[in-house]
Amino acid sequence: MTTDHLLRARGIRKSFPGVKALDGVQLDVVAGEVHALLGENGAGKSTLLKILAGAQPADEGTIEFEGRALSPADTPMLRQRTGIVTIYQEFNLLPALSVAENMYIGREPLRNGLIHWSRLYEDAGKVIRDLGIDLDPRDEVRSLSVAKQQMVEIAKAMTVKARLIVMDEPTAALSGREVDQLLDIIRDLKSRGLGIIYVSHKLNEVKAICDRFTVFRDGRYVTTGAVADATVNDLVRHMVGREVVGVKRHPSGVVGEVVLKVEGVSRLKAVSGTSATALSDMSVHVHAGEIVGFAGLVGAGRTEMARVIFGADPCDSGTVRVLNKQVVLRSPRDGIDAGIVLVPEDRKQQGCFLSHSIRHNMTLPSLGRLSKMRWFVDEAAETRMIEEYRRKLSIKMSSDKVAIGTLSGGNQQKVLLARCMALNPKVLIVDEPTRGIDVGAKAEVHQVLFDMAAQGVAVIVISSELPEVMAVSDRIVTFMNGAITGSTPGSEATEEQLMNLMALGARRPEAEMALAA
Amino acid sequence: MTSTAATAPVPKERRYDLVGFLEKYGVLLFLVLLIVLFASQNPRFISMRNISNILTEVSIYGIIAVGMTCVILTGGVDLAVGSLLAFSAMCAASVVVMLGDTFPLSWLAALVIACLVGTAAGYLHGKTITKLNVPPFIVTLGGMTIWRGATLILNDGGPISGFDEGFRWWGRGDVLGIPVPVIAFALVSAAGYITLRYSRYGRAIYAVGGNPEAARLSGLDVKRIVVSVYVVVGLLAGLSGFLLAARLGSAEAVAGISYELRVIAAVVIGGTSLFGGLGGVGGTIIGSILLGVLLNGLVMLNVSAYYQQVVIGVIIVIAVAFDTYAKSRRSGKH
Repeated sequence: MTTDHLLRARGIRKSFPGVKALDGVQLDVVAGEVHALLGENGAGKSTLLKILAGAQPADEGTIEFEGRALSPADTPMLRQRTGIVTIYQEFNLLPALSVAENMYIGREPLRNGLIHWSRLYEDAGKVIRDLGIDLDPRDEVRSLSVAKQQMVEIAKAMTVKARLIVMDEPTAALSGREVDQLLDIIRDLKSRGLGIIYVSHKLNEVKAICDRFTVFRDGRYVTTGAVADATVNDLVRHMVGREVVGVKRHPSGVVGEVVLKVEGVSRLKAVSGTSATALSDMSVHVHAGEIVGFAGLVGAGRTEMARVIFGADPCDSGTVRVLNKQVVLRSPRDGIDAGIVLVPEDRKQQGCFLSHSIRHNMTLPSLGRLSKMRWFVDEAAETRMIEEYRRKLSIKMSSDKVAIGTLSGGNQQKVLLARCMALNPKVLIVDEPTRGIDVGAKAEVHQVLFDMAAQGVAVIVISSELPEVMAVSDRIVTFMNGAITGSTPGSEATEEQLMNLMALGARRPEAEMALAA
Repeated sequence: MTSTAATAPVPKERRYDLVGFLEKYGVLLFLVLLIVLFASQNPRFISMRNISNILTEVSIYGIIAVGMTCVILTGGVDLAVGSLLAFSAMCAASVVVMLGDTFPLSWLAALVIACLVGTAAGYLHGKTITKLNVPPFIVTLGGMTIWRGATLILNDGGPISGFDEGFRWWGRGDVLGIPVPVIAFALVSAAGYITLRYSRYGRAIYAVGGNPEAARLSGLDVKRIVVSVYVVVGLLAGLSGFLLAARLGSAEAVAGISYELRVIAAVVIGGTSLFGGLGGVGGTIIGSILLGVLLNGLVMLNVSAYYQQVVIGVIIVIAVAFDTYAKSRRSGKH
């Protein structure tokens, strides 16, 4: 690792109408280091990344790259050519095109003015092999898993001879082995002298891969330091400005009757238009006051199972019983009427009406209860409900009339939780409840789930973060390839054991039924 | 406790927000400007008679525009409304003529038939869209030509006339000096405004347009809501067909040609987004009136009909471009 300053940003200021996003922040990156950029949602990380990428100009400040000052008027294309490549959380890939086409988009090798296809695939293949990853340059990007798509982004960065790669939440959609593979690639890039800016909420990953860290808070620069010298708690304290105690599930011991009984759910064909996993003979029981965690790798079938239980997707066979009464689930409406609610996996695409007010977002399914003469909305009752949940969940909002899209991820998630809680469900299913949410809000969301369980609700938590599943669940049901491989009490589960069940185990559902007694 | 994540943007600087102001009141201001412009060029423009004319004209397509607002709010569009207007009027007129001169309440028969035809056609559109998954643009494009063809078939391309006084009163009469069609427009607008703003059904329409999948996962019957808005706009097209036939004294095979563009323009100028989920009846009313003022004023200024097309087109593009700019400036910064 050399000590050349690859990047040197100083005094960066940026304001939007009404908001000061960055107030004189700084960041240094040297070649051959992985530098973590930490901060809660709204701290200004994304804004700085956009400025570095050339997508937005800073109002004030200087940026030096390899000793040369960068012009604020640079376009993203220019910054890329300069050697700064950004890999966003939602990838910038063209799904219908091949890996090679994506890698060389706009820079395809030409022969007589037309694309030289064989050269294109050859060049792409070389870069891919050099990185040591497993990709076929001719594969269509949309047929690849999320993890593979990320590799395409990295391979693309290598084709422009990037010297600084910025990664925004790179492991948000990855799990287990895929994360390890990515970290290996990052170590390889490091050894070649590249600098990497690593933005992530997953502090254990930061500890594993990063050399130094910089913390922003509320648009201001807080500190920089060596990762080896800081504990996770130290990092959290810098980010949040206060001690945050991660919540851990203490099983109350008071677990009631079986509220949800799902048996024999199977679906052979995937749901049209999605890459959903086929399901085979899945059975699950949840008791009142119990929190069951669904653990598994991406694509194991957890979300698919949850959506079947809720009524969002059909299945070929299987029964769902709530309080011993069988329910027919043809639509989410049926699920809600049966007392089952679901907070979806992708809150932006499936949960929020982004440009609509917080009010509209929170009360929509409850309007039946909040109505006058069954036709008109009772706005006073609405206001009371919003205020009740604002207090209960500590939702930060200036008014319930603002668009939910202006809230941070954590607060958006709380609004969606409030929406589901207001329906007084018997079964609450939350899918990736803390994805992309900062540490402080994460603990608050977990506490909400505990409170729900304490009131006798049967809770199912789906999460790709094994530590989260283990911290939050009374019992952990493991999934693999559309089948349930095991059911482990939270108190006994170890990460290794769960990983085995998620990645290797193929035990039959008998294990599940044996514990339901 | 230190503040954590910044949430809704809190204005820290009180700069005069021109774009925001224009977004809210721009169309209204433009309307006032136009009125002043036209009145200055031709004082007859603001005569009671001319205002009455303008408003009556506006009412005919304004009524449909209220329904179109709902359709566009769900992210759809209905290109068949002009043809449906003509077809429902032609059906109604046929029935009236069949019932003969001695039938007392010919207007009632006409009204009921026209509305039924519009409703049925709207239901057909909606069901085709939701059951067969054909995009609304295509379905209603087909409807546009089909209902126009049906209208021509009904009377071999010719008009049907000979309505009695009772019938024609609905298009030419007035109550306390206000033309009947204008009253109808006012009532429909009020109903539309109240429904969209204050009712559960209104919220459901916005939800379906804003994010159909999230709406479904919230327990809404998205298909039923989509069908319903096409039924509504079909019904209103029928109502307008009835009023127009009453006003003209005959059902014309060429009635309502290119009305759909006028209606969509009124909705879009009024601020409702073509992508669905944003907008409302209030804007549509102003947009309709602005269009009416524009068309009438240009005629008063002796501007050729061809130029009128150009003017309308330019205004639509400017209105939508500005609206898109204002919205993108406000949202999506987080």
